[in-house]
Amino acid sequence: MSLDSNIANKNEEFKPLIVAFCCNWCSYAGADLAGTSRLKYPANVKIIRVPCSCRVNLNFVLRAFQHGADGVVIAGCHPGDCHYSTGNYHTRRRFSLITNLTEYIGIEKERFKVDWISAAEGNKFATVMNDILEDVYKLGPNKKLRDARWKI
Amino acid sequence: MQGGIKLRKIGVFVCWCGSNIAATVDVEQVVQEANKMSGVAYAADYQYMCSEIGQNMMKDAILKHNLDRVVIAACSPRMHEGTFRRAAEESGINPYLVEIANIREQCSWVHKDKKAGTEKAIALTRAAVAKVTLNTELIPGEIDVVKKALIIGGGIAGIQAALDIADAGYKVDIVEKTPSIGGRMAQLDKTFPTLDCSACILTPKMVDAARHPNITLHTYSEVEKISGYVGNFNVSIKKKARYVDMDKCTGCRICTEKCPSKKAKSEFEEGLKNRGAVYIPFAQAVPNVPVIDTDECIKLKTGKCGLCEKLCPSGAIDFNQKDEMITEEYGAIVVASGYDIIDLDKFGEYQYDHPDVITSLEFERITNAAGPTNGKFVRPSDGEKPKKVVFVQCVGSRDKTERGKSYCSKICCMYTAKHSMLIKEKYPDIEAYVFYIDVRTPGKNFDEFQRRAVEKYGVQYIKGMVGKIFPEGKKLMVHGVDTMSGETLVIDADMVVLAAATKAKSDAVDLKRKLNISTDINNFFTEAHPKLRPVETASAGIYLAGACQGPKDIPETVAQSSAAAAKVIGLLNKSKLVNNPCVSAVDESLCSGCLACTEMCPYDAISFKNIEIDDHGQKIKKVVADVNEALCHGCGGCTVTCRPGAIDLKGFTNKQILAEVDAICR
Repeated sequence: MSLDSNIANKNEEFKPLIVAFCCNWCSYAGADLAGTSRLKYPANVKIIRVPCSCRVNLNFVLRAFQHGADGVVIAGCHPGDCHYSTGNYHTRRRFSLITNLTEYIGIEKERFKVDWISAAEGNKFATVMNDILEDVYKLGPNKKLRDARWKI
Repeated sequence: MQGGIKLRKIGVFVCWCGSNIAATVDVEQVVQEANKMSGVAYAADYQYMCSEIGQNMMKDAILKHNLDRVVIAACSPRMHEGTFRRAAEESGINPYLVEIANIREQCSWVHKDKKAGTEKAIALTRAAVAKVTLNTELIPGEIDVVKKALIIGGGIAGIQAALDIADAGYKVDIVEKTPSIGGRMAQLDKTFPTLDCSACILTPKMVDAARHPNITLHTYSEVEKISGYVGNFNVSIKKKARYVDMDKCTGCRICTEKCPSKKAKSEFEEGLKNRGAVYIPFAQAVPNVPVIDTDECIKLKTGKCGLCEKLCPSGAIDFNQKDEMITEEYGAIVVASGYDIIDLDKFGEYQYDHPDVITSLEFERITNAAGPTNGKFVRPSDGEKPKKVVFVQCVGSRDKTERGKSYCSKICCMYTAKHSMLIKEKYPDIEAYVFYIDVRTPGKNFDEFQRRAVEKYGVQYIKGMVGKIFPEGKKLMVHGVDTMSGETLVIDADMVVLAAATKAKSDAVDLKRKLNISTDINNFFTEAHPKLRPVETASAGIYLAGACQGPKDIPETVAQSSAAAAKVIGLLNKSKLVNNPCVSAVDESLCSGCLACTEMCPYDAISFKNIEIDDHGQKIKKVVADVNEALCHGCGGCTVTCRPGAIDLKGFTNKQILAEVDAICR
């Protein structure tokens, strides 16, 4: 399952960072299930818990890219299964527009992903994370939007 | 702002979780790094933070080091957030000043490399520290509970739930769409696996419900609109005009006998019998008051007739009645709206349009002593006693094509065994054949029951499906296949009974929208958790009972109804409800009054209000958004919709999430 080793061999210096915004009810629980099932995905993925995928503001995504994230994932419940009935429909609409915007300002569309991961899909969580990491490895570091001043 | 942050005294506690975390994460290094983080006054580690010793360690540290916020780096917040919040509260810290860094499920369990795992654990801890720095004390609000429950649907599920709640001392209203309570169970003849008569066990309960001082029946009524929230639902109920005064009517039935219009098909008799335009659905109906069918009544259609009005000895007929709207307040709602069976018009091969091909529900009426044939088992076409009867199971059930349902209807195996047994009991000379895919009889005494049909009564079970039925003279030639022997066979049946699949009520989607609950792909209502919260919906205060949640037999329905009732009683028993304090809040100075948030909100929790502000001595009136904290569920969608950024979500503020992003991206 693990992509750790073979990806690491491909590119030794580049350690990508993926920020994943996960909704509390489905995707965060899916990530927990991936853990409970001991599925492997690289440690480059860091999760931020939000109540609903519709809580994710474009600002959060842009800030992540500005401050050095190489990929951003927003994960919510499957359409129709939103804990808040319709939240993820808003996510879907907002981010289909925003994907175009981020691409326009120079972020490759492979770096940004919105996906639906249910609480029962630990497997899918690991797959989605492994997939975006592989894409990001191919693209290399995100330099376009990185804020040069951001360094502590 | 910065000045305030410097004053924080954060305690970080890193858990080993035995070797679960410690094997992949260098816990001590995490503690060292945590000590360097801004605002952290104390950091420590322990083998099992969630244990009593671990919790006490945290409590002691809070007191000793005067900590004002806590980060626990341990398992998922879904596991122990509550535990640590309680512990913090016990040592005098607001429970919402606790954050969890998930370094087990989302770190040590998914990574093998200790270096990478430790680095990630440090990053996650840093994010939690950054977030907790910005946490504010949150105090849950309290809401009152209206001590009254609403049951939607007056079948066995609704009746049982109503009786249980009413017996506990709370007021209950049942809203039933049809003129009488009783539902599907009232239509049944006998019930499996004991073969006791359905009416004998149901009708006493119907009468109990009607007589109970705590229960109010709203029959021939529908729920029109529901607003509000747990503890305080506001429900508009449409009471359809019966054209019969419920108080004056004595139930003498002169009107139903004399009504000259006899063309309408009786819904209760599954269309096997006609009824008048003024009718009582069935003999034991509760309330025992007729209703006038507006589509059939000659007086209402043409203005002539009015025979019932002239004949009624108590003057109860009232053609001037109008639909009436009533509004009631409820603390809890139980949805018990039941099920339907599928239409068979797409199953041409079974010749359902032939009078001697009937559904199982029609069979129930035909065998029933009070039914259209007075219990004589005869063919609907010519009134003759059949010699061979073929039962076809799974008509539309476990059928992945578009016309059918992919699920198992659950009750058909048992009622088909029951039907075949009822025939053989009354008329041992009739041959009974059952075509089946699988016989599924899990349940107490269920398998024994089905085996009795085969072993004692000699019902012929054929594993296979029916391909086609051809009417030939008086016979129905049933072409099927016996998959056990591989032979095709033809049975010259006199009657065919189809076990049509159950389905969700056609108005389930409508009801779902009114209630703001969810349905599954088959339009059955979805429970909050398939295993652990089977009678609750995702909307607090709304519960499910019976077949509206999925196909169910009577014992299961009753069990679920009592479970839902127990949940309702538990809710109504509380004097106040505590609501989630992580709700949206409006900064009125920033709000531009565009009210985009009100349209986004799935709970109608945001409305507007007019305020007056003082702008350099000038009084200015403006419109601002206003959040009802009791209605807000805290999804945070409005915060993104808000253009000036005036709405924020407590507990997950923009600043908090950005602080997490920054901490992770460092």
